[in-house]
Amino acid sequence: MVGSLGRLARQPLATVLTITVIGIALALPGALYLIVANARAVTAGLGDTVQLSVYLRLSTTAEQAQKVARAIKARNEVGVAVLVSPDEGLAEFRAHSGIGEALQALTENPLPWVVKLRPAADRDSAGAIELLAADLRSLPEVELVEADTAWVRRLHAILEALRQMVALAAVVLAFGVLAIVGNTIRLEINGRRAEIEVTKLVGGSNAFVRRPFLYSGFWQGLAGGFLAVALVGIGLFMLEAPVARVAKAYGAAFVLAGLAAREYFAIIGGGALLGLLGAWLAAAFHLRRIEPRA
Amino acid sequence: MIRFDRVFKRYPNGREALAELSFELATGEMTFLTGHSGAGKSTVLRLIALLERPTRGQVVVHGRSTASLRSRAIPGFRRQIGIVFQDHRLLDDRPVYDNVALPLAISGVPRREMDRRVRAALDQVGLLGRERTFPLELSAGEQQRVGIARAVITKPPVLIADEPTGNLDPDLALEVMNLFQRFNAVGVTVMVATHDIHLLDRFPVRRIHIEQGRLANPSYAAA
Repeated sequence: MVGSLGRLARQPLATVLTITVIGIALALPGALYLIVANARAVTAGLGDTVQLSVYLRLSTTAEQAQKVARAIKARNEVGVAVLVSPDEGLAEFRAHSGIGEALQALTENPLPWVVKLRPAADRDSAGAIELLAADLRSLPEVELVEADTAWVRRLHAILEALRQMVALAAVVLAFGVLAIVGNTIRLEINGRRAEIEVTKLVGGSNAFVRRPFLYSGFWQGLAGGFLAVALVGIGLFMLEAPVARVAKAYGAAFVLAGLAAREYFAIIGGGALLGLLGAWLAAAFHLRRIEPRA
Repeated sequence: MIRFDRVFKRYPNGREALAELSFELATGEMTFLTGHSGAGKSTVLRLIALLERPTRGQVVVHGRSTASLRSRAIPGFRRQIGIVFQDHRLLDDRPVYDNVALPLAISGVPRREMDRRVRAALDQVGLLGRERTFPLELSAGEQQRVGIARAVITKPPVLIADEPTGNLDPDLALEVMNLFQRFNAVGVTVMVATHDIHLLDRFPVRRIHIEQGRLANPSYAAA
């Protein structure tokens, strides 16, 4: 088994190239996986803060607005409800939108009364929220109900699709690794044809002839796995500072998650396993065709 | 030990190498297989080593018909036969030690015993101390002797050789043939294919002469 390492060392360029390609092929799904995992981590908390904004008609008076707000607050489905007056709304808008100067020019407040509410804890499923929103929409004083669920659901759907694409990419790239290792082993077999023939002539079984090639595939896959993990690590290291800056700009304390120990093991072990399998396939296919002539 | 029973061999290209060939070799017997090139000598040896299978008829080695052997059993079968080639088929990128030890490595012999047996085999062919030499650094006769050491290292009961002296000058050929006779003296069944007339006269052993794939004038040299 160690002898096969020596042989790999004797063809440094081919070996390094193969390991590099395996490393990149394994690093790609690993990196994609991390991107999706981090995006899920960022958005995981969003589902809890679903908020409905109920915009009342502009003609609504303060008393009417308070009456509607009380009625909404009294509903079972509603957890917290806050009435926001047009003045409060304008103040908030001025503070956060960055177009405060332009708003100075307005002669009258264009904002309506708004009831902002969160659903009760046991009524926050997307379906329940949709029902509540539809119900509120039918109130005569209500102009518009905005539920924030749609974009969260869309985001989660996109992430789920991405996750499946990562799985698909991993499968495709795994086949790529098999092909790369298979081709390298094929070249190795051709290069050692004389040795294989002589070994078979003096009674070497197929298993005996195959063994060094399996070791060779295993080592290359293992090394490729380590390289993939290293590449992902380097990528994380390089992204750490920019991501921290972005998070800070949004006032969020977000740290990029790296690979867990189990995932490191999966990439390295997966590389070794794919190397072994690729070598086995190539050996099974090509060794059969080498029969000794005498 | 080896029996050919009405063996007919036609190669895929249509060439008929052997026709109705029958002969028998007793255990411990030494034989020359003679005939012109193309007469079918190599085919006989290839059939014994199971590099080919007969088209018709039976080849029996060690009491087993080779026809009944599955391809999975061929490696084990070949380990019972020492084979010496005219071009000796050594691995030029491996030292003498590795070449000779190959059959032992295949059998999974431990390193210490391997060392001992490689030395013993090299001693028998007069090449002790050349373990680390590469084949191309050796003379033709020495290379052939390495090939013989490799063939006998597992102590096979049968030793077959295809024109082992074909590339050697008469003195070296004689030396190599003496080696075969020494192995035969300790009970190994030996079959040597050759068309070296001078050599044949020096060794009074049974000859199996084939012509156009048939047995022709089987004769025993006067002992």
